[in-house]
Amino acid sequence: MSHFTRRLRYVGKRLLQAIPIVLAIIILNFFLLQLAEGDAVDVLAGEAGSATPEYMAELRAKFGLDKPLPVQLAIYLKNVMVLDLGYSFRHDMPVSQLIVDRLMPTVLLMVSTITLAVGFGIVLGLVAAMGLNTWRDTAISIFALITYATPLFWVGLMLIVVFSLNLGWFPTSGMENFAMFYEGWDRVWDIARHLVLPTITLSLFYLALYTRLMRASMLEQSGQDYVTTARAKGVTENRIMFVHVLRNALLPVVTMAGVQVGALIGGSVIVESVFAWPGLGMLAFEALFARDLNLLLGIFLLSALLVVAVNLVVDIVYSTLDPRIEVG
Amino acid sequence: MSRLLDITDLHIALPPESQRPYAVQKMNLHLEPNEIVCVVGESGSGKSLTARAVMGLLPKPRVRINQGSVLFQGEDLATASDDRLRQIRGSDISMIFQEPMTALNPVMTIGTQIDEVFRFHDKMSGKERRSRALELLRDVQLPDPEQALKAYPHELSGGQRQRAMIAMALALDPKILIADEPTTALDVTTQAQVLKLIKEMQATHGTGVLFITHDFGVVADIAHRVAVMQNGLVVETGTTDQVLRNPQHPYTQGLIAAVPELAPRAARPRSTETVLKVNNLQKTYRSGGGLFGGKGREVHAANDVTLDLARGETLGIVGESGSGKSTVARCIVRLNDAEAGEILLGDTDLRPLGRAAMRPHRSKIQMVFQDPYASLNPRTRIGKIIAQGPMMYGASAEEARKRTLELLEIVGLDNRAYDRFPHEFSGGQRQRIGIARALALEPEVLVADEPVSALDVSIQAQILNLLDEIRDRMNLSMIFITHDLRVAAQVCDRIAVMQRGKVIEVGPTAELFAAPKATYTQELLAAVPGKGWFLKEDAVQAQAT
Amino acid sequence: MTFWKLFARNRGAVVGLIILLLITFMAATASLFFPEDPFSLAGQPMSPPGENGYLLGSDSLGRDVAAGIAHGAKTSLLIGLLATLVAVFVGIVMGALAGYYGGVIDNLLMRTTEMFQTIPSFIFAILLVAIMKPSIESIVIAIAVVSWPAVARLVRGEFLSLRNREFVQACHTLGMADIRIMLGEILPNCLSPVIVIGSLMVATAILIESGLAFLGLGDPNSMSWGFQIGAGRTLLRSAWWVCTFPGIAILLTVLAINLVGEGINDALNPRLRERT
Repeated sequence: MSHFTRRLRYVGKRLLQAIPIVLAIIILNFFLLQLAEGDAVDVLAGEAGSATPEYMAELRAKFGLDKPLPVQLAIYLKNVMVLDLGYSFRHDMPVSQLIVDRLMPTVLLMVSTITLAVGFGIVLGLVAAMGLNTWRDTAISIFALITYATPLFWVGLMLIVVFSLNLGWFPTSGMENFAMFYEGWDRVWDIARHLVLPTITLSLFYLALYTRLMRASMLEQSGQDYVTTARAKGVTENRIMFVHVLRNALLPVVTMAGVQVGALIGGSVIVESVFAWPGLGMLAFEALFARDLNLLLGIFLLSALLVVAVNLVVDIVYSTLDPRIEVG
Repeated sequence: MSRLLDITDLHIALPPESQRPYAVQKMNLHLEPNEIVCVVGESGSGKSLTARAVMGLLPKPRVRINQGSVLFQGEDLATASDDRLRQIRGSDISMIFQEPMTALNPVMTIGTQIDEVFRFHDKMSGKERRSRALELLRDVQLPDPEQALKAYPHELSGGQRQRAMIAMALALDPKILIADEPTTALDVTTQAQVLKLIKEMQATHGTGVLFITHDFGVVADIAHRVAVMQNGLVVETGTTDQVLRNPQHPYTQGLIAAVPELAPRAARPRSTETVLKVNNLQKTYRSGGGLFGGKGREVHAANDVTLDLARGETLGIVGESGSGKSTVARCIVRLNDAEAGEILLGDTDLRPLGRAAMRPHRSKIQMVFQDPYASLNPRTRIGKIIAQGPMMYGASAEEARKRTLELLEIVGLDNRAYDRFPHEFSGGQRQRIGIARALALEPEVLVADEPVSALDVSIQAQILNLLDEIRDRMNLSMIFITHDLRVAAQVCDRIAVMQRGKVIEVGPTAELFAAPKATYTQELLAAVPGKGWFLKEDAVQAQAT
Repeated sequence: MTFWKLFARNRGAVVGLIILLLITFMAATASLFFPEDPFSLAGQPMSPPGENGYLLGSDSLGRDVAAGIAHGAKTSLLIGLLATLVAVFVGIVMGALAGYYGGVIDNLLMRTTEMFQTIPSFIFAILLVAIMKPSIESIVIAIAVVSWPAVARLVRGEFLSLRNREFVQACHTLGMADIRIMLGEILPNCLSPVIVIGSLMVATAILIESGLAFLGLGDPNSMSWGFQIGAGRTLLRSAWWVCTFPGIAILLTVLAINLVGEGINDALNPRLRERT
């Protein structure tokens, strides 16, 4: 069996494994939210000031909230299959559209964060490991230790204080300066400026994580037998570090990257709230208080799919790096 | 005219918190072209560190050379620069290691790893390097060189990996090859092939080989000269003949006396009572398969195995890795569930019994395990480890304690061991504790799964004697699993040879050794290193001198 | 005693321990030094640190920042410890069963932990707290629910490797019961990594708790550092101290716990220290 066929089989198997998990998540979420008191209609009625029981019953019938639970769930599942995620009562828009609107900012934030955290983390970890116990190593380790201990929201606020309010380098919030009506590259540049602080904030914690992981991984691999063999062959130290050790050390770091995506999405709720970044995280939080069931479930589903997708990509990348991966 | 390798007054210092200040002291050793010198010793003798010191591969700065010289053709490697050492490694002096699986980089192909040797020492083009690599792989007799180049280490067998390592080491025709226990992790038949390969390559290239080992059989087979090490000191050197037939130093004499003869023990009368009978035992492992896994794999670990054990007898089960001998042992003790067959202890068939039903029978059949460092719970005191068996079967704390103290005496340990923890004991002592634990329930049958394989040869002899004593004293019947035919010869009355799950041949030891019927048995016997040496008459003669 | 000696070799760990003890002391004596309710709007609002008798200033409603920090320490430490204890207990039970018995139980556990890994844990915690209405109990439960899978995976791994170790096999040959093997033979041998992960988990729990409080999901009756920072968001320009000092408190506490955790790790696994 060639390496390619093996990999294809592996991908297929992982895809199949993912489906029941996603299903289980949807069902779990659905029932959990039922436990919450009140539903969207209560909130709407509360906002309207008052409402007669008849009016509320009418609203419930209109939104399909009066049918028995299993039926509601079954209808929801059926709709998900055709990508109809329902209607958001609060925003008066289909859920799927709401999500699509807010998807881009979140994806933008995610991608830049992962790139920064993993990329820079690997570099820092490598530098620390190569200059073991020198000032470089100690400085990086202390930096990692401190950032690992800092709460996301506080870092965000402090960064705003220093870089926005005092130094004026970056804007304080939002994704774009709409008042300026930027077009083309100007717009890109504007968004990029707004992206800097949120990205740094969200990535700091994970940067620390990957740095320490990479450093530990490099150290562990440096003590392995094959390194002695390579030395015995007369291979240069540089090649040993950057070709032999690095390729093996990257494996656990790649695995971790996939695992952390879920945590990143959780962290995005806080960061988006601090910086008023118009993404899914903030939308989810608002939806929770509005008891907007459909919207919330839609966002949960999407984040679950996102995590599954990213994990799959990570698994594929991992299987290209580690030839020992087998299907069985 | 300087020698090829001349080690003079070498001292290798260990870090301050170690058990002794020097790993190696006052070492003098030399190597000429076209000869094989074996450095032999038990664990902790410093032989491995000597090998690494020559190539400058000691884990500095904690372990380092702090006195003496290592002269390679007149140049002192102990003081050479890192760059110079790097130049020499792989091209003038090469090394092969013990564990081929971990010694090769798991994420790089064999081809890439061989290629490196060329790239860092020679100026050849890509095509030349590749054709040289293929040639090398053919020289070491790898079955499909083209395929091997593209393969990753985990896709080759242990023996094939070792051949690939030899190819890498001999790629640039080095003057010295250092081999650090290269065959210790291999099966005996594979070992024989690899040893033959090394001898052939050495003869063709005229290399000087420094071969580290703990196995005197290997020494007998390939060495021209021998150096014996004990606790960091070279206690004896000489030609193979001199050292093995006429050892002068008491340590060497003791070691050689401890190597079991490859001659069967005197036959003992066999009881007519059968205490254990195994009929058509079957155990299969299945893996893989499923929707996306393609066809699954089926391994018949035990395939239609039939054996019987008479009272007071020791039956040996001998085989290489993957033969199923361990599986059979574990099925008999009901640690594994065999899916078909019978295990008759007396009149009861143990095989289909569930856990509750098995419990009353457990005391009759007990096991001694292989790894002394894993077979005792590190957090439990010795007294409790041994006493908990009898207590579970109704003995009072006082009775159990008395029995434990008796057992400690039987296995040759002090009473004070009762309150100690496993880490305070050596490997041999831990094995004694394991034996005491197995005897605590007064079993009829003792299954010993490679009980001496993890021990040094001198300790091995003590444990084998202990087992002999116990067996006679308590009229125990024993099943003895081993891969080492010498040990089997010394200890077993009858031997069953297994290969790939099947019993190939069964018979009394003397007959099996004198006239093996199956081809595989003949191969096994032929592969034992050092046949014709270590005969007891020689030892007696040597000590008389 | 050797544990403490090994622990003390790691200077960072000692520093962390000292800081942690100070913070615990502060939490324990909060009512002594700051007898008034930290929520009380008694004093001069927007007062900078050092003025008007406020050590660290006051916020827009006149609440004493220093008092808030002292009382907030109680909340954070309490929730951190409780949540971790629950998570570790549940994790050990689940992980032990899955690792020891394998088969269906193991499969079920692995799928469950995979599911938990797929749901962003912070969002799940928000969900749970919102449903159960914010209170100390609900926060503890929510944090425990998102934290136990990590412990379970670790314990499962340890049990998986230890159950095939020869000393466990020897217990089988004696006919020992499963529960006794799990509790008496295997569990004591895997406690070290559990203790380490548990200590680091307290830090994570405190971070989650302060995050929840920041978003307004904290217990309304207990002062919390996250709450202080959340309340001070709008004052960044005018009263920067309201956000800064509680944040430093969180930073120091979590840092201290991490350092202590590493010290414990070094003390329990001394051979790893040779890598100098």
